[in-house]
Amino acid sequence: MTIKLFCTIILTAMFVENYVLQQFLGICPFLGVSKKLDSAFGMSVAVIFVMLLATAVTYPIQHFILEALGLEYMQTIVFILVIAALVQLVEIVLKKYVPALHASLGVYLPLITTNCAVLGVCIDNVDTYMGTGIFGLTFGQALTYSLGAGLGFLMAMVLFSGVRSRIEDNDAPPSFKGMPITLISAAILSVSFFGFAGVIDNIFK
Amino acid sequence: MKGERLKTLTKGIILENPVLVLVLGTCPTLATSTQASNAFGMGAAATAVLICSNVFISLLRRAISDKVRIPCYIVLIATFVTIVQMILNAFAYPIYEALGLYLPLIVVNCIILGRAEAFANKHGVLDSALDAIGMGLGFTLTLFVMASIREIFGNGTWMGLPIPVLADNHISILTMAPGGFFVFGCLIACVNKWFKNKPKKKDFGCEGCPSASLCQAAGRKECEAK
Repeated sequence: MTIKLFCTIILTAMFVENYVLQQFLGICPFLGVSKKLDSAFGMSVAVIFVMLLATAVTYPIQHFILEALGLEYMQTIVFILVIAALVQLVEIVLKKYVPALHASLGVYLPLITTNCAVLGVCIDNVDTYMGTGIFGLTFGQALTYSLGAGLGFLMAMVLFSGVRSRIEDNDAPPSFKGMPITLISAAILSVSFFGFAGVIDNIFK
Repeated sequence: MKGERLKTLTKGIILENPVLVLVLGTCPTLATSTQASNAFGMGAAATAVLICSNVFISLLRRAISDKVRIPCYIVLIATFVTIVQMILNAFAYPIYEALGLYLPLIVVNCIILGRAEAFANKHGVLDSALDAIGMGLGFTLTLFVMASIREIFGNGTWMGLPIPVLADNHISILTMAPGGFFVFGCLIACVNKWFKNKPKKKDFGCEGCPSASLCQAAGRKECEAK
């Protein structure tokens, strides 16, 4: 894989097709865990980790087991089970061998099972449709796309936790307090991502 | 008893509306509400899965041990999602195409796992079914209203039919990602304003998450601390 392709995939996944702000995947943690910068960062790192690992496991499963045996319709069940098992496994391994990392990431791991961004990225990677315009990603490209998607999630979370810490002190109309004003500021943040559409294609022309 | 049953059925529509009051299942709400017909398809698919999963989880609530309940629920839900996916693929292909990725993602829709945890594993079959119907109706109705707003003002059409004046003067940003967040925020604000005294609004955060019981952080309120 050339460096150009690597950069195109990463930047496309991060900016143009940001999982949170453009594709609406992983909104629950985006709204729930973005109040504080530390937790937003910890959650995002855990998501990147699980996304990469889940892609590394589900991609071979899809191509060598499900497609080989004609069991494509089992995709949803198999993928969600793999992700759930993987999250548990990662938690056990971290707890045993890297207690320091477990202390900082461990609390976010169980929440990731029900994060639609992780399942979304796995399905996106094996489906024929790809946002980057490439049909049928190779294993390396799939991993790159997951990394980009994870980084995009991290960026959205960190940016939004900054926005949110300012909203908390502001005097919103009573009925807009809490969730509504948060969503409206997410709308404005999402508008800013429109600026990236087309940029990536032109950089690497 | 009858009154209670009726309450179980109707509470999901407004008082405990899964989307607007409990703020669960936000991803499909935002993503599939660009067109009223898609929203209806998504709502119907999720409701079907919710009813089946609630009924079966309620039937199996004594058989499933507490420790492995979450994986069991996920397998059950994923099975029903696959069935719905196959039915839509066979009989409603345009909707299957339009929903795309969001159809398998019903598995991780917080509403379904949330209802299994909060209601179906403690109540009988009939009550669970009624609860699922109510919650499903609330979800579908909210999606439909939101999609109608976005489609009418953003695209100038409704259910694919053009609307005279708006067809030429539409605000296309409403059908795009930012419009979704914006309309959703405004709808929650409306519910807050008009039903302010009625619903006991649950603070959205770790406790609201279906995996809260698994997560030590929720109990310690770590991820919510200011």
